[in-house]
Amino acid sequence: MMERFYNPVFVKELKLRFRSFKSFSGLMFYLAVICIFIAGFLLITTGFTGKGFFKPETSFMMFAVLTILQMALVLFITPSLTAGAISSEREKQTLNILLTTTQSSTQIIIGKLLSSVAFLVLMLIAGLPLYSIVFLFGGVSPSQLISIFLFYLLTVVAIGSIGVMFSTITKRTIVAMISTYGSIIFLGGITAFFFFLTVAFHQMGNTAVGTTTSYMAYFWASINPGALMLTLTSSSMGDALAQVSGVELPVWISYLIAYSLIIVFCLTIAIKKLRANMKSNR
Amino acid sequence: MIEIRDLTKRYGSFTALDHLNLSLEEGVVFGFVGANGAGKSTTFSILATLLSPTSGDALINGKSVIKEPKEVRKLIGYMPDFFGVYDQLKVDEYLDFYGASYGIGAAERKVLIPQLLELVNLTNKRYDYVDLLSRGMKQRLCLARALIHDPKVLILDEPASGLDPRARVEMRDILRNLKSMGKTILISSHILPELAEMCDEIGVIDNGKLIAHGNVASIQAQLQGEKRIVIKVTDCLNEVRAFLEEDPLISSIDVIENRLEIAFNYRGTDADQVALLKKAILANLPIYALREEEKDLEDVFMAITKGADNQ
Repeated sequence: MMERFYNPVFVKELKLRFRSFKSFSGLMFYLAVICIFIAGFLLITTGFTGKGFFKPETSFMMFAVLTILQMALVLFITPSLTAGAISSEREKQTLNILLTTTQSSTQIIIGKLLSSVAFLVLMLIAGLPLYSIVFLFGGVSPSQLISIFLFYLLTVVAIGSIGVMFSTITKRTIVAMISTYGSIIFLGGITAFFFFLTVAFHQMGNTAVGTTTSYMAYFWASINPGALMLTLTSSSMGDALAQVSGVELPVWISYLIAYSLIIVFCLTIAIKKLRANMKSNR
Repeated sequence: MIEIRDLTKRYGSFTALDHLNLSLEEGVVFGFVGANGAGKSTTFSILATLLSPTSGDALINGKSVIKEPKEVRKLIGYMPDFFGVYDQLKVDEYLDFYGASYGIGAAERKVLIPQLLELVNLTNKRYDYVDLLSRGMKQRLCLARALIHDPKVLILDEPASGLDPRARVEMRDILRNLKSMGKTILISSHILPELAEMCDEIGVIDNGKLIAHGNVASIQAQLQGEKRIVIKVTDCLNEVRAFLEEDPLISSIDVIENRLEIAFNYRGTDADQVALLKKAILANLPIYALREEEKDLEDVFMAITKGADNQ
């Protein structure tokens, strides 16, 4: 039974990843950033005295900022783990040998993606004790934390899929990495810019694009990871967005649909293009 | 075992393979000879299911490389001309990974790996990191990797390239061993004489076309029917040369003065040669040795490809 689900690429990738110093230094960097942020936040709110009040609202604020920070870190690290998935095999001249084995393209792509996602999940879990400091001061529910973690996972898989896709269709890792970071800038930054732009147009009373503008504003917000995290941490943010855009559908639903589509699209392209020189993709 | 039918591969206006046809029986060791860019690696890549042909097809044990690539991959072990290894993976882990990639169970892999390492003389390197092995060892490891699923056909693209003489001899011994195991082996090499020794059949490819195919002897016979004869004299080089120039069957006379040798091309039969020798003895020419220059595969290749260029 175990043999059936055994993915050699996944196991090999994990082995190689955990033998590399880069992985440990990456993990250390990630935890150090969170530590510095939490320590800094606590010191600033207590006026560098180590004493004083720390209200639940302040704790919530720390939670919200920490959530956005963690998302930014995950978005920053994911391309470096996935954008070399296939292109590095090509650069090391190991891909041709791998492609002559009986593993299917799907198996290879999924193995590559899962190994990167597994490492990112480890990162998130390693950061969990630090993240859980918010529970000490109240103001945050465990269900909120779980939903945020599930959306982290969805985002990681989606960005990972984008990275694997670019890694498959481009010959060089550096090009794949730049393309993946470009996609992240689009999803995290440009969508936010477009959101504010469409909202501004809407508020200026541009009736010609009246209803469509509000849908557009909702669309840009619904594919922005930052916007999702804000609506997940604070329901008032969700209400405000619904008011601005006129769309009642919670952002997390459209985010789930949009990112699931991104995953399916990117993985399909990657699987189809892995054996690009062969007409049949088996 | 291998049937190549009208295989053509074009890259834009460049034709890498031009209607290649080839049929090989099971257990045959086939040497593919050709200059760089002649189409050897393209043919091997198509057989290894890495490349689709523009037209034509290739069947391995009746399975089409285009329609049933997964079935073909079970039948072949492929060793490319250039390949890399994974850093930070040990020799046994390397083989274990590829074994799993061919769907071989964990228990079976445990038994197989020491056997394969023994076959390629790498038993003592089992727990070493792959990237620390020498090039010759990496080549042997790659061969072991290609054998892990016990394929019927081995496709070896330049397996001896970049190896020092000792590593080359070791590789040749392993291939001989594999031949005795009944594997059908396709091998390309720049070291042509080595191929001649090992191969049952040779194919010469030039500009994507198979210009000669057969056993080594028959290919050598395709050489324009001329022999190169070398005679050694004790003296009178000019007299001997003048004597040879009179014979209409002789051409391309070269006098090597410092070695007191004369080499020439001879178009006559063996009986004509006997007559020539008799005539020389009767003419009191100081000839003390006569030998036919052996033509190795490299000469065959040069002659055949030169002929193809002139066409």
